[in-house]
Amino acid sequence: MMSRLRSREFWTPAMITGAALLAALILIAVIAPLTMTQAAEQLTPNAALGPSAEHWLGTDDFGRDLLARALVATRLTLLMTAGAAAVSVVSGVVIGLAIWLSGRRVREVALRILETAVAYPSLIFALVIAAVLEPGVSSAVIAIGIAGIPGFARITANLASSVSSSEYVVTARLLGVSPVRIAARHMLPNMAEPLLILSATVFALSLVEISALSFIGLGVQSPQYDFGRLLNDSLGALYTQPVEAVGPSVMIALTGLSVMLIGDALAAHADPRAKRSFFRRVLQRNRTITVPAGDTALVRAENLRISIPGGPQLVKGITLAINPGEVVALVGESGSGKSLTAMAIAGLPSEDLAVEADLLRVGEMNMLAAPDQSRLARDISIVYQDPGTTFNPSLRMGSQLTEVLRTHLGLGGTKARKAIIDALTSVNITEPAHRLRQHPHELSGGMRQRAMIAASIVTSPKLIVADEPTTALDVTVQAEVLRQFRRIHREQGTAMLFISHDLAVVEALCDTILVMKSGEIVERLTSAQLAARDVHHPYTKALLAAIPTLELGPVPATAGVATP
Amino acid sequence: MNANAQTPPAALDPQPGGPGRRAAHTAAPAAGPADPAAAPAAGPAALQAASVSNLNVRFGAAHVLKDVTMAVPAGTVVGLVGESGSGKSTLGKTLVGINKPSSGEVLIAGEDFTKMRGRRRQQMRREVQYIPQDPYSSLSPRRTTGQTLAEALDPHGANPVEHRKAIAAALERVKLDPSAAEKYPHQFSGGQRQRIAIARALMLEPKLVIADEITSALDVSVQADIIRLLQGMRSTVDSAMLFISHNLAVVQQVCDEVVVMFQGRIVEQGPIESVYRDPQHDYTKKLLSSVPGSPGFSLD
Amino acid sequence: MTSSIAVEASRTPGVAAGGAGGRFIRHPWVGFSLRRLGGLLLSFVVLTVVTFLIVPLIPGDPAVIAAGDGASPAQIANVRAELGLDLPMLTQFLNYVSGILRLDMGTSFVSGERVSTLIFTRFPFTAEIALLAIVLVLLISVPLGMAVAILTRGGRNKWLDHGFNFLTSLIYSIPQYVVGTLLVVVFAVTLRWLPAAGAATLNSLVLPTAALMLGPVCVISRIVRRETAVVLDKDYVRTARGWRLSALRTNARYVLPNLVTTTLTLSGLILAAQLGGAVVIETVFAWPGLGQGIVNAILQRDYPVIRGIILVLGLLATLIIILVDLILAIIDPRNLGATSNDV
Repeated sequence: MMSRLRSREFWTPAMITGAALLAALILIAVIAPLTMTQAAEQLTPNAALGPSAEHWLGTDDFGRDLLARALVATRLTLLMTAGAAAVSVVSGVVIGLAIWLSGRRVREVALRILETAVAYPSLIFALVIAAVLEPGVSSAVIAIGIAGIPGFARITANLASSVSSSEYVVTARLLGVSPVRIAARHMLPNMAEPLLILSATVFALSLVEISALSFIGLGVQSPQYDFGRLLNDSLGALYTQPVEAVGPSVMIALTGLSVMLIGDALAAHADPRAKRSFFRRVLQRNRTITVPAGDTALVRAENLRISIPGGPQLVKGITLAINPGEVVALVGESGSGKSLTAMAIAGLPSEDLAVEADLLRVGEMNMLAAPDQSRLARDISIVYQDPGTTFNPSLRMGSQLTEVLRTHLGLGGTKARKAIIDALTSVNITEPAHRLRQHPHELSGGMRQRAMIAASIVTSPKLIVADEPTTALDVTVQAEVLRQFRRIHREQGTAMLFISHDLAVVEALCDTILVMKSGEIVERLTSAQLAARDVHHPYTKALLAAIPTLELGPVPATAGVATP
Repeated sequence: MNANAQTPPAALDPQPGGPGRRAAHTAAPAAGPADPAAAPAAGPAALQAASVSNLNVRFGAAHVLKDVTMAVPAGTVVGLVGESGSGKSTLGKTLVGINKPSSGEVLIAGEDFTKMRGRRRQQMRREVQYIPQDPYSSLSPRRTTGQTLAEALDPHGANPVEHRKAIAAALERVKLDPSAAEKYPHQFSGGQRQRIAIARALMLEPKLVIADEITSALDVSVQADIIRLLQGMRSTVDSAMLFISHNLAVVQQVCDEVVVMFQGRIVEQGPIESVYRDPQHDYTKKLLSSVPGSPGFSLD
Repeated sequence: MTSSIAVEASRTPGVAAGGAGGRFIRHPWVGFSLRRLGGLLLSFVVLTVVTFLIVPLIPGDPAVIAAGDGASPAQIANVRAELGLDLPMLTQFLNYVSGILRLDMGTSFVSGERVSTLIFTRFPFTAEIALLAIVLVLLISVPLGMAVAILTRGGRNKWLDHGFNFLTSLIYSIPQYVVGTLLVVVFAVTLRWLPAAGAATLNSLVLPTAALMLGPVCVISRIVRRETAVVLDKDYVRTARGWRLSALRTNARYVLPNLVTTTLTLSGLILAAQLGGAVVIETVFAWPGLGQGIVNAILQRDYPVIRGIILVLGLLATLIIILVDLILAIIDPRNLGATSNDV
């Protein structure tokens, strides 16, 4: 945390504003009661004056300076809010952890009760407590503090249950570490940050609710006053002296805002999504490129460079070509830039990256410009890695698989459906008409990936870009999917760019193999060269050596025992 | 994983090259399978690091493990292969005590710890340790390697100097520098983290270590490092290991025996060379012929 | 008083609800109904116990309060016997419960009116502004949140990002009663466009509803924005982009449907918390609903009315959440198995 405070990206404008506001408010809370109590509480004959140089916000019916009252009230308000927030947070954490530490039955019952309590509006809960206790400062703090406990306890219990199912807690438990020790060493440190962020929210909420209690007359009682009490006083004079409401209103809003900003900034700091920076790629004007007569390649990339704007280069000027009907593999380990390259060629590079090249074309389409979307959709199909998340869970398969046919080929529903049923049949999916009525989660992973392949061939594309299409699949399913790619290539002559980390997979399917390492192509091989292990670059050799291969020699003397 | 295992361990290959390893394998295949002790779950209980018999595990309506009977002989590495949903991970977690058996027996060093209570159960649980798949979530981000490893040690006994020695020894065993003890997980690569996870599992010198897909999340070159490490450790570590993996080639390089699971049942088990070279069950045959590059593999 | 804590509390699933005999019931709707009924029953029991305890827990003698100022000891004893306050605690509780089940919650200490009648006259007023606010909040915040998320995706339009965050933080940190007071100052006192208080005309609806809405619009549009940002990062949105679908089609078919569950669930919790906001807002605008009723009752120590209104508000909060669950289950049957808070 300390090192965080010194880091530059921690101090965003929101954080600075929030922290400065809060510091100012704390300063006012310390100083105002020492210097302004006289002006705030002394009865004078100057009753109900409007704003003037002497009384910036005017005076109330008893001739007391309204600005001074609002500033002096800061101390009581902040102290009460901090007290109530502390009650909610500390008791919430203790109860939440206790629930997590207790047995399964106790835990389930306790969570059910908390769930019910959380649904209950906490202000009304506070009203119940206020109804029982005599109105006053301490009962307001207790009421709001207690009303906030269920929410925080539930958060703590939820966080605890998610942290406790993490593997480092599971393994610690297996080592025989006691539950209390696990809570202290593993859970609290890893829960501290979200709990801190939420404490800011609790503080803001307590402020609003304590002021609300005072406002409706159930909190601070005269002659004491906090922001809510001041606002309540102003309600009676709303028509004659509306400015009286300004002081406490502004103070409540500023206090709430300061804490909200700090909480927001902390949350944003913890969320990597907030740190992204957008880079507006400069697109070339000409959407098509005239291909020279001798150039028969379908895809040509020359000196392709992909970089984080203002940061490192991830793909360092690679050149490649894919001929019509050729199957080209890009092989490498994570971080080699193979997927980035493929997505740039497919015209879908990650939005925060800069893509440059001397030439990048697919057919006549200039991929450095914004080519016609329909043409892109028809000519280039993409098959992604993880079939579990590539389909929209809320739409039926049929409506998703026919998207391109209906949107870009202008086919009607019936025709599109017929086309996709044919394609599904060709990739060996049983009962294709029935599958179209199902949701993605009702299909197995292998089936979803074959459906994705069916959708990718149905437009008869010139190029299929497949990004690790079999990595998430079981080995038998992988073999089946690879067979489909091979069949499509044989029957339709579609060119493919196939991304993989597995040389053995690539060897079976591809004509040309490009080995990538750290953003560069280090070796170009034909499948024959690869099969003969005729490789030269040390990295390719190391990669080949690292891949575990099955050794299946002659049958040994004793056989395995098969259990029926 | 000691030297008197039924099948001779694959020799630690000094040169990380395919041809070298190939030679080591083809030289070794014969000795083990003839040993009668290799017949699964047949030897006396004392020779088994762990064994389960007629084990059933149900989650609600789902019957995940069906009448599973198998054993991990002391000092051996047994591979557990199968596809996702075959129940191999469930079996691993049942052996560690994370999942509860619905029926059947789970013996660790001849004793059924699922039926034990309190301190004795805690003691027994420490005899089985678990290495999870993802090295990024298996180490607490806010604790140094030293603190993580020290958790296995008795917090009240032993003095700090002995603790430090034990931790240094554990790091040494997985070929990490003793200075690693002072560092936090984010300062290590995936492969180094997996080494730390292995060191942690071996801290207590348990009877059995469950390695659940420990190389699946790693790049191939890092995976090769971990395989070499496991092969190299066999002479110095006494614990037996259940090596769960979907990668049949990796299993062949690390394990002495293999158990094949399919839809919650064990369909085949035996010494690795015999099962791989002469699979009896149709599913095993299909599995082996699906591995790219294997003799039966064909895309046509 | 929009309870963002309730929102956060619901972010991560806790232990899945065991539910009433879930294992034996095959049909999902049966299990769903039983679980929700169980939830309603549980909250009814908790509320009954809590509201009952209010009277025994108050400092001082409820009979003295009920008898009014300057009552003689004999009168007080009379009132005590009449209200059954001299009976053993258990008997009092059983009487209380049977009274509730007969819709008889006693009579007001102050007006002598039956509590149930009082609740029935006040309830429509609260329902009116609460429902209006709910509908308007959803109509405004869902498109707003989506639009901001789409415009700021991947770090675009940083100024909009910061501006939206700042403005919603600012408005949200102004409590609803302050918003209400300011609205009155501007529109009723200064401009004299709208009535400041009462429920006489249709115009009177405008200010209380506006005051009730502003906060939730901010919170829910922030939630929608955050959830949209999450959905925009999903693989299936990338798939839709790979199919080169237009932005409109992608957002309408691939983003929006996947926001509904989270948004509605969180909105349900927030809107239930709105009932708390109504309490204060009604005081500001002298709106004759349940909120004003309970504040008056507390100030006058009118315990039968306090009990009655708290019970009703609590049941309403539970009903809102069950209603949201029901809508979700109808939209997407996969939600049948989840509890309201498992987002």
